[in-house]
Amino acid sequence: MFVNFWAVLNKELRSYFLSPFIYLISAVFLLLSGYYFYSDLVFYVQFGFGMNIMENFWQLMFTDLRLVIMLTVPFLTMRLFAEEKRLGTIELLLTYPMRDTDLFWGKFAACAIATLFMLSFTLVYPVLMFFLQPFDWTLVLPGYIGLVMLALSFIACGLFISSLTDNTVVAGLGSLGALLFFWILSWNDGATQFGLIGTISSVSMVTHFQSFARGLIDSKEITFFLLFIIFFSFLTLRSLEARHWKGRR
Amino acid sequence: MIGVQNVTKYYGQVCALDDVSFTVKSGEIVGLLGPNGSGKTTLMRILTGFFPATEGSVHVAGLDVATSSLEVRNRLGYLPENVVLYPDMSVRAFLHFCARVKIDGAVQRRTNVERVLSECALEPMAHRQMGTLSKGYRQRVGLAQALLGNPEVLILDEPTVGLDPNQVIDIRELIKGLGGKATILLSSHILHEVELMCERVVIIDKGRILAEDTTDRLSERIQGAATVRVRASGPHSDILHALRALKAVEQVIKHDEESDGPEGAVLTVRSSNQDIAREIAQTIIQNGWALHELRPVTLDLEALFVRLTREEQKEAA
Repeated sequence: MFVNFWAVLNKELRSYFLSPFIYLISAVFLLLSGYYFYSDLVFYVQFGFGMNIMENFWQLMFTDLRLVIMLTVPFLTMRLFAEEKRLGTIELLLTYPMRDTDLFWGKFAACAIATLFMLSFTLVYPVLMFFLQPFDWTLVLPGYIGLVMLALSFIACGLFISSLTDNTVVAGLGSLGALLFFWILSWNDGATQFGLIGTISSVSMVTHFQSFARGLIDSKEITFFLLFIIFFSFLTLRSLEARHWKGRR
Repeated sequence: MIGVQNVTKYYGQVCALDDVSFTVKSGEIVGLLGPNGSGKTTLMRILTGFFPATEGSVHVAGLDVATSSLEVRNRLGYLPENVVLYPDMSVRAFLHFCARVKIDGAVQRRTNVERVLSECALEPMAHRQMGTLSKGYRQRVGLAQALLGNPEVLILDEPTVGLDPNQVIDIRELIKGLGGKATILLSSHILHEVELMCERVVIIDKGRILAEDTTDRLSERIQGAATVRVRASGPHSDILHALRALKAVEQVIKHDEESDGPEGAVLTVRSSNQDIAREIAQTIIQNGWALHELRPVTLDLEALFVRLTREEQKEAA
C-alpha cells in the first residue's frame, strides 16, 4: 500500500539530492543563519549585562531562524507540482495506478527531509555554544520542535501554491509572498485586531511559533500547526482533483 | 476490451468531443485517425482516466473508468502525446520508478525493466540522463514505460511521431508484434501509418466520428476513386474532350496556369476506375499526342476528409 508513496519519495529525494540546487539553497540558508548567530551573539555579549543571556539569546536566534526558513522553503516547494505540470509528466503520474494521496505525501515527505537536511546544519550552533558555556538543553529543544512544525506548515502552503500553476517562478514567488504576508500580519497588533484581517492574522503560523522560541512546548500550538498542515494538504488534494471536474454544455 | 459510449467532452464553451461511440475488441489494434485538434488526445485522456467525459461512459477491460479508475490504470499502458520526461533522471532510474508504481515484486520489476529496455532498443542509452536524449529516444522511453508490466490495454498517442524512418519501422514492428497479446488503440494523423499497423480505423474530425471501418475496406473506399495527374502536349481542347469522353471518368480539371509551357496541358483526372491510367495513356498515344507525365495522386488525409464529409452530406440529403 505504501509502495507508491515510497516510489514517489525515492524519486523526489533523488531529484533533490542529485541536483546542485539543494546545496546552493543550503549554502544561502547557512550564510544567513550563520550571520544571525554571529550578530545575535555579539548583541548579547555587548549589551546583555544583568539579563539571562542564554534564554534571551536563543529566543532571538529562533525568531531569526524562522525568517531564514521562510525565505528558503518556497525554493524547495516551488517545483514539486509546477514542474511536473510544465514538463507534462503529471499526465503520466496521474494515469499510473497510484492514488493522489501517495503522490502528495511522497512529495511532502521528500521536501520535509530536504528541509530537515538544511536545518540539521544549524545544530552546530548549540553544540558550539555548549562547549563555550554549558546551558540547559530544554532551552533549545522546543525551539527546534517549533522550527520543524513551522517548516512543515510552510511546505504544506508552498505545495498548495505549486499545485495551482505550471510555472515554477510563479509558484516560488507566490508562496514567498503568502508566507511574508503571514509574517507582516504579526507586526502591528493595532491594525490586525478586527474583521477579516484579524481572522487571517490569528491563523498566522508566525505568531504561533513565538511560544516555542521562548522555550515552551504548547500542545495547543502543536495542534494549530497540525490543523494548518492538514488544511493545506486538503486544498492541494482538491486542486489535483480539479481535473476530474466534468465541464458542462 | 475498450468501449466508448456516447462520449461528449466540453472545455468551457468549446466542444472537443461530440457523441463519440466505438468499441475495440480484445487483442485488436485500432487506429484513431484525425488531423491535429480533432479530439484524439482528449479521447485518450478520458480513456486513461486523466479526466472524465462531460457525458457518456467509457469502459476499459470491462471496468468503468469513472468508478474503477485505479483498477483500470493497473491494466493500462499509456504513451502521452508529448513525451517530455524528467531531464535530470537517467533512463534506467526512470523506468525503475515507473516499475515500482506499476509492478509488484522486485525481481519482476528488474526483469520487466530489462525487457522493455531491449524491446525498445534502449540499452545503449540506459545510463544517459533523459534531458540529453534525442526526440526519437525520448519517444522510445515513453513507449518503454507504457510497456512495463505487460498491460492488457495500450493507449498510444502518436507513437511514431518524431522518429526517423528506420526507427519508425522498428516501432511499427514492435507494436504489430504486440497485437493479439494486448489491445491497442493508437492515434495518428498519417493515413499510411495507420494502414500499416492497424486492422481497423476510426476516423475522427472536429470531435465527431466520420468513419469506422477495417483498413482494407477503407482503402477500397479511398482508392476506388483514382486521381491521376496528366501532362500531354497537343490541342488542349481536343485532349480535354477525349479524356472526358472516357468511360468511368468523373471529372477532368485543366490547370491553366501550368499549361502554358511547351510540355503541354496539365490535367487532373478523377475516376471511379482504378486502372484509368492505362486508358488515359492509350487514348493520348492513339491520338498521336505526346505524353510527358502520368502519375497517380495519392489521396492525403485532407482529401480523404473532404471525401468522407461529402459522402456523409450525400447520405443526409
